[in-house]
Amino acid sequence: MSRDIYVVVEHREGLVEDISFVGLAAARAMAEGIGGEVVAVVLGDGRLIEGLAADRAIVVEDPALSEYNPEAYVAALEAILADELPRALLAGDTSVGAEVAGLLSARLDLPLVNRCVGVRAEGETLGFTAQICGGKILVDGLLPEPTVLVTVVPGGFAVEEGKSETAPSAQTGPRPTLDELRVRVRGHIEPDVGDVDISRESVLIGVGRGIQQEDTVELADELAGALGGAVCASRPVVDQGWLPTSRLVGKSGRRVKPSVYLALGISGAPEHVEGMADSGLIVAVNTDPTAPIYDVAQYGIEMDINDLLPTLLERVQEAKG
Amino acid sequence: MKIAVVMKLVPDLVEELEIDEEKARLDTTWLRLVANEPDEHALEQALLLKEQLDAEVIVLGMDGDGMDDLLVTAAAKGADRIIKLTGADGDTLNNHAVARLLEPAIRELGADLVMTGVQAHDDLDGAVGPLLAGLLGWPCVSYVSGVVLEGAGCDVRKEFPGGLVVEMEVDLPAVLGIQSAPQPPRYVAVSRVRQVMKTTEVEEHPVGAVDDRGAAEVQALRRPSVGERASMLEGDEREAADQLVAILQKAGVL
Repeated sequence: MSRDIYVVVEHREGLVEDISFVGLAAARAMAEGIGGEVVAVVLGDGRLIEGLAADRAIVVEDPALSEYNPEAYVAALEAILADELPRALLAGDTSVGAEVAGLLSARLDLPLVNRCVGVRAEGETLGFTAQICGGKILVDGLLPEPTVLVTVVPGGFAVEEGKSETAPSAQTGPRPTLDELRVRVRGHIEPDVGDVDISRESVLIGVGRGIQQEDTVELADELAGALGGAVCASRPVVDQGWLPTSRLVGKSGRRVKPSVYLALGISGAPEHVEGMADSGLIVAVNTDPTAPIYDVAQYGIEMDINDLLPTLLERVQEAKG
Repeated sequence: MKIAVVMKLVPDLVEELEIDEEKARLDTTWLRLVANEPDEHALEQALLLKEQLDAEVIVLGMDGDGMDDLLVTAAAKGADRIIKLTGADGDTLNNHAVARLLEPAIRELGADLVMTGVQAHDDLDGAVGPLLAGLLGWPCVSYVSGVVLEGAGCDVRKEFPGGLVVEMEVDLPAVLGIQSAPQPPRYVAVSRVRQVMKTTEVEEHPVGAVDDRGAAEVQALRRPSVGERASMLEGDEREAADQLVAILQKAGVL
């Protein structure tokens, strides 16, 4: 077992995902504390080591790894970990990292801690802070020894801290046999922009579970129209079929950065906040005074959106003349 | 075709969450539990497949507070069998322990496909789906928002950040972590649940010894600091609306 911290680098269409830079920054904090190195693990495309803030990189190139395939990724990572077990292996808490970490944990009998927003070195010991219950509760604990798998969420470390002007030195990792996979990628479906591309709107009215009824979406749409913007949603509203997937903001939806974001009945679960936290002005309306959305909003109104919305719409229309 | 659906209950986030005196776990005194939403989508996806094919849907859950009601509700929605894993306190088990208890039960059932919610908001040691798949040695795809069964495999739609969806072909048997079903989980009337409760048996499946290795040592639970919370606008609807209009005017969007 080494003291090194490995980071699985997620990438898509030739670009490294921001969550991997967050992982590299977290890994640096851990490695500096315990005297190890930060090691970027790049599967599929060795060119992507450019710009990674790591001491070295392990690269495995194989046609089966050119895009994400859970079975191929796990096989490649198992082969790398068979060479040497690091102190920790970090991945994003994403549809890639969470899946890979869970599979590796069971297959290699390694402990797993997910949703980490913070990591810290306390002497030789590594500690973590994880978010659970939609960001309402934080858990502090110690990362199990000698080797642990960790998934990280955005928020604790800046993306820029994981970037570098140069590339780390690269070594080629073991290449497992990947010709009889039980999972095969068949094709891509690009995001459906629909009638409105919410990532291009300067004003967004976000609606969440707190709207409670489909009719409220229409009122929110009217408000968006009056403000020259569009309506978007968090997961529960899309899952209800009240708005199409093209309007979903968050982890598996679109990332948006409007100048104004009104969050109506949105609790602020990390999965949603990840997609809108960079908005300019954020105003949240929620009945729950402890809702995490108030942590990212500049202004808040503790009220049922169904009570406020008709009056707000009226006032906005009056203000417009 | 046997489809096993694994379900659990989670704290209702609409309610205020309290931390117990030792700060080691949530205070369960007033804790309201609800079905894990992605698990409800997994059940819905399984029931849709049952309607399209000659499939048997078997729902499993760990014994614990509210599990009987959850299972009977699943039966009322259309599940063919409901099974409660007994002999371990489901309310206190971590997901590694749950996956280890589920593995032999799933093998014994002879399931072709296991579906469970992609995650639960109180998972701290990973989601059940990939852990279970790793133990079974089966392929696994999570963050799935559409499943079509075809021959000896299935076609799934896996979601990626940014709205990209990738179509994957998966050989059976397999484990799928469901993000969302093609339609909202179906509603079932309470009267129907009561009716089913009288006629449907919750099967009990005793489990072996608990092995909970794989999770971190928790030191303390706490609430996030409230250092930079939003400035709250006070007053009734009219006063709050007026203040918000003024803020929007200042921001230049009105």
